[in-house]
Amino acid sequence: MELLNSSLLEWSRAQFAMTAGYHWLFVPLTLGLGIIMSIIESIYVKTGDEKWKKAAKFWQLIFGINFAIGVATGIILEFQFGTNWSNYSWFVGDIFGAPLAIEGIVAFFLEATFISIMFFGWKRVSKKMHLASTWLTVAGATLSAYWILVANAWMQYPAGMQFNPETVRNEMVSFWSVALSPFAVNKFFHTVVSAWGLGAAFVSGVSAWYLLKNRNNDFALKSIKVSAVFGLASFLLLAVTGDGSAYQVAQKQPMKLAAMEGLYDGKEGAGLIAVGMLNPAKKIYADNVDPYVFKVELPKMLSLMGYRNTNAFVPGINNIIGGGYALPDGSTALSFDEKKARGQKAIEALANFQVAKKEGRDAEAAQYEAALRENYAYFGYGYLTDAQQLVPNVPLTFYSFRVMVIIGGYFILLFLLLCWYNYKKKVETSRWLQYVLLWSIPLAYIAGQLGWVVAEVGRQPWTIQDVLPLQAAISSLPTGNVIITFTLFALLFTALLIAEVSIMVKQIKKGPEE
Amino acid sequence: MTEDATIPQKFNWFKMFWAGFTSMSILGKTLWVVVIVKLIIMFAILKPFFFPDFLGSKDDKASYVGEELVDRSLFPSTSE
Repeated sequence: MELLNSSLLEWSRAQFAMTAGYHWLFVPLTLGLGIIMSIIESIYVKTGDEKWKKAAKFWQLIFGINFAIGVATGIILEFQFGTNWSNYSWFVGDIFGAPLAIEGIVAFFLEATFISIMFFGWKRVSKKMHLASTWLTVAGATLSAYWILVANAWMQYPAGMQFNPETVRNEMVSFWSVALSPFAVNKFFHTVVSAWGLGAAFVSGVSAWYLLKNRNNDFALKSIKVSAVFGLASFLLLAVTGDGSAYQVAQKQPMKLAAMEGLYDGKEGAGLIAVGMLNPAKKIYADNVDPYVFKVELPKMLSLMGYRNTNAFVPGINNIIGGGYALPDGSTALSFDEKKARGQKAIEALANFQVAKKEGRDAEAAQYEAALRENYAYFGYGYLTDAQQLVPNVPLTFYSFRVMVIIGGYFILLFLLLCWYNYKKKVETSRWLQYVLLWSIPLAYIAGQLGWVVAEVGRQPWTIQDVLPLQAAISSLPTGNVIITFTLFALLFTALLIAEVSIMVKQIKKGPEE
Repeated sequence: MTEDATIPQKFNWFKMFWAGFTSMSILGKTLWVVVIVKLIIMFAILKPFFFPDFLGSKDDKASYVGEELVDRSLFPSTSE
């Protein structure tokens, strides 16, 4: 019996990755630009200076374009949970559904209600009411992001649930464990702050374009005044929340951390690779090939980052597969084989439970249920046939992480410089800086995309960490259908992106009203 | 005359939307066309034709997924 093939799995993954990637082109600009336009409008309300109002209106227009074209692209991701990942969707049930429902009902409606006042209400509500509406629009968008990220974080660190073998679903036992899990909170701050950074890079870049064209200079300088400080604060915060993310990953997803570092053999006092090149000859974890061509390490930094202790042991890929090392809670890590055996016991218990229930043997069913619960933490390992399946794509995770961090560092320096030039009133005359700002816009997008690559590729093969791998989560569909929908989505998203860029460029060329 | 002085005493949602939609710029109209076309593609084409529901009740779904989860561990995929 062969239910699935690798082609179906790869096409479904590619489709989801493409959809998420396109979605994340629209969302961060909404979140980042939203804060900047709100700050600019706040300055207008405080000073009464009409030039700030014009600046606020212009950035709200750009926000509106991005919002209109980007809205509902996330719904396609939700479609795909139901269509391509139907086992997953049923299995996670209420836990995944609840945050998404709150997102749809509360946050999105908050955003959608106040966005109308923001656009149509300039002459219909007071200045303060309008300002409140602008902030509430952004608050709605940010709350939306929170609930989506709670759902995503739960996949990376499942908490607050209990598996019900009768309904074959995970049921929520603690809403707050799901909503306020440390993984979710950190993911929210890191992701949203990255969006703020992107918004600042966007506003600075577009404003620099006006300065290069020597038009709307006052508007551009006013916008840069806000985006420079906001951008610097965002990227500094991003470094702090990034450190928090690394800590969470070390605690909950050690394999992802090992892949991010290309670390095969763990050690105490492990260094963080600042710059390095992986050895392309290394194909599998057990081939004894040196994983690096070269590396420049920051001594002990990985131990410090992951465990808040410069001498802590950081497990590598080989350690995680082999087990036997001491975990932070004092217990001993199980090997892949031990986890696999427990996973198989859990699945077998589920199968026996189903039969016993069907035949009305309730006492036996209760025993099988107990066996299932005892081994449930390793349920997903029962689907894996080879330890190599546990290892994510190391080069992709390793390089994505490095490039993302390097771009983040670059933006800290750039915004520091911009703040300084702004303070010295030299932005208007520094054409090189204007060019750098303009051409840095794509870098912010690249960093955001790479962040998601690290987060999602680094946690393969799991859809839910340790509990459900891809091959158990996917729907049994004809591969041809997935290829067709992949193509349709690719066309739709590309058309939306072209529409977004062309409409936005047209409005930017038109400029703020004089 | 300040802008605040032109603001009507009583806020009227309907009038705000009516005025907003009737005085919409070409950009606004273009964006609405994009939104509507997109929603039609998603909900009137993709959803019914490419993603139809084939399982009815919750029990059907539970038993289907339960069997799938067991079968896939006994007969693992070729995706390695």
